[in-house]
Amino acid sequence: MIQSYGWSSLPFLLNGAMWTAALSVMTFIGGGVFGLIFALLRVLGPKPVKYAVVVYIELVQATPLLIVLFLAYYGLSFMGFYFSPLVAAAISLTLYATAFLADIWRGCIEAIPKQQWEAADALAMTGTQKLRWVILPQAFRIALGPTVGFMVQIVKNTSVTALISFVELTRAGQLLNNMTFQPFEVFLTVAAMYFIVCYPLSWYSEYLKGGPRARRATR
Amino acid sequence: MPAVRLDEIKKFFGAHCVLDGVSLTVETRDVVAVIGRSGSGKSTMLRCINGLEEIQAGSIDVAGHKIVPGGNVRDLRVLRREVGMVFQSYNLFPHLNVLENIVLAPKVVKKVPDEEARETAAVVLRQVGLADRAGAYPDELSGGQQQRVAIARSLAMKPKVMLFDEVTSALDPELTGEVLKTIAELAEAGMTMILVTHEMGFARQVANRTVFMHAGKIWEEGTSEEMFGNPKSPELKTFIAPQLK
Amino acid sequence: MAYEMHFGPVLARAPEFVNGATNTILLSGQGIAIGLTLGLAVAILRVDGPKPIRPLVATYVEVFRNTPLLVQVFLIFFGLPYIGLRLSANAAAVIAISFNLGAYSAEIFRAGLLAIPRAQIEAGLALGMSRVQVIRHVVIVPALRVIFPALTGQLTLTLLGSSIVSAISAQELTLAASKVESLTFRSLETFLVAAVLYISLTFLFRFVYWLISLWLFRRTPAEAVRLPEPKFVEPRRAEA
Repeated sequence: MIQSYGWSSLPFLLNGAMWTAALSVMTFIGGGVFGLIFALLRVLGPKPVKYAVVVYIELVQATPLLIVLFLAYYGLSFMGFYFSPLVAAAISLTLYATAFLADIWRGCIEAIPKQQWEAADALAMTGTQKLRWVILPQAFRIALGPTVGFMVQIVKNTSVTALISFVELTRAGQLLNNMTFQPFEVFLTVAAMYFIVCYPLSWYSEYLKGGPRARRATR
Repeated sequence: MPAVRLDEIKKFFGAHCVLDGVSLTVETRDVVAVIGRSGSGKSTMLRCINGLEEIQAGSIDVAGHKIVPGGNVRDLRVLRREVGMVFQSYNLFPHLNVLENIVLAPKVVKKVPDEEARETAAVVLRQVGLADRAGAYPDELSGGQQQRVAIARSLAMKPKVMLFDEVTSALDPELTGEVLKTIAELAEAGMTMILVTHEMGFARQVANRTVFMHAGKIWEEGTSEEMFGNPKSPELKTFIAPQLK
Repeated sequence: MAYEMHFGPVLARAPEFVNGATNTILLSGQGIAIGLTLGLAVAILRVDGPKPIRPLVATYVEVFRNTPLLVQVFLIFFGLPYIGLRLSANAAAVIAISFNLGAYSAEIFRAGLLAIPRAQIEAGLALGMSRVQVIRHVVIVPALRVIFPALTGQLTLTLLGSSIVSAISAQELTLAASKVESLTFRSLETFLVAAVLYISLTFLFRFVYWLISLWLFRRTPAEAVRLPEPKFVEPRRAEA
């Protein structure tokens, strides 16, 4: 059945976009929780745990998200777990986001000067008190810009789940293209929808980082 | 023909007038010290002479090359070959060693062959007393040594005029001596120079003329003896009084 | 768990994997070469280009940074033929990867250019260099030093991101793995092998970047620097 692409196609794409948003939020929450735990373990954990976290981060950061996704979706199903595309997508994206967020946040925690730890020590604070009242609030401020920047990556990365047929925005675009054979219009609309979400986030991230103000380098 | 002639130059930063009709003539072999409070326009004037700052009115003549407001970039580059400039913060190129810092501009700007450039480098490095540090990188040198290399780097272009922009201000006091000695030797060798400086004793000793700038204007000028020995304007009197005791 | 792993049938397809990995190297290599050239040009234009061009290149950068690579791939491969530009899957893949990296690396290069103190640029200009000469001889190497970690990090993302072009059947490792999977039905083993290969490629590429950094930021040993002997008496005292 060949349809023509037009305003009537928008609800279909918007429905996909909703799933992109839902998956992004799930990923950010999952990756945020585990990422924070991993970042703290990486900085404060006992040696073997630190190394385990480093290995995890290094391996995930050296594997394509698509392969992680295929492992979760096709691979694990053979072991008797069957995951729906949504669950496989959420698991893989969380694994992926955990590694990157843990790495980003580790850098932010380590950016807090040693003297701050010592000052907290001098006030006889316990380990958790030091983190809760002194270190994390400061690290949080440094982390804000890069974290918002990584949200953009999460939103864009969800598009990969189209390749296991999870119907988010990109997959919706593919399906619509199969019906209308108007790929230029369809994918341009899809791209615009991603852009509408990602660009403000990117802008805000640069703003938080005190971004590079355009200066003229030479006369 | 004078080596440098500024004719009624004006320079604005936004609405603020930093140079308000400055005229100055520097003859060949003159050594001119420019003194004045910070904000008086002395560094800006120096930067205009080799076109690092654009002027909005008047004209600048250096060794037969003229800059006028809105002049083109090519003319500027021709002029810059004749003018050496040494900065307060040395500005050596950190990724190049001393020799490479010195031969770079002669090779890429004047297309001097490598061997000739190295010979010139050897001469200018001996002149500043650092022939034994040719292989060092900037971060391996003291501030005073870096500044002497910067002087050598300018000299290697064989400029007709040298501009010195507060070249000892960033140095620890015990390192200023070696740099001032190098400049004094250049003066003796007959180099035409304009020095913006805070070292009054040095200005008096090395410069044959001194220019006092105030509020974007040349307030008073004359031989260094007159200027320091018998200042006329009340502004110059109060400026040099605490510094020449 | 009753599942037993059998790598035998998968490893029997080693030639396919090797072929796929080689294609991934070629594809990423081309994408990196074109993408970095494009990124550098765009960064210079954005910092120092003619005023009317700056918003144009800024738009390019923002559009490619804020849309998914997969959508860019689809747009180039499926969309362009509809406006008269038909491309092979491999060509579309190289173009998409290059443009994507071009946008990201442009931002990194720009940060590097802006990190160089203005005084360095002025020193070059004061020596009579042109703007191009200043960028070439004064700015590039110190700027690369500042951005090298960010840049190589981005190149790793590009290498891994190239797996996405399997979606349009461009020849590379993930496509090779998918074919092996459909022949052996050993999904877990197949994609584990692919993961190991990608991890190896990542470390191989990082090793190459490290070698490049050694070459780029090398220092001549001081004892290797010799000044020529003076040929004439120093013109120290012209008057005397």
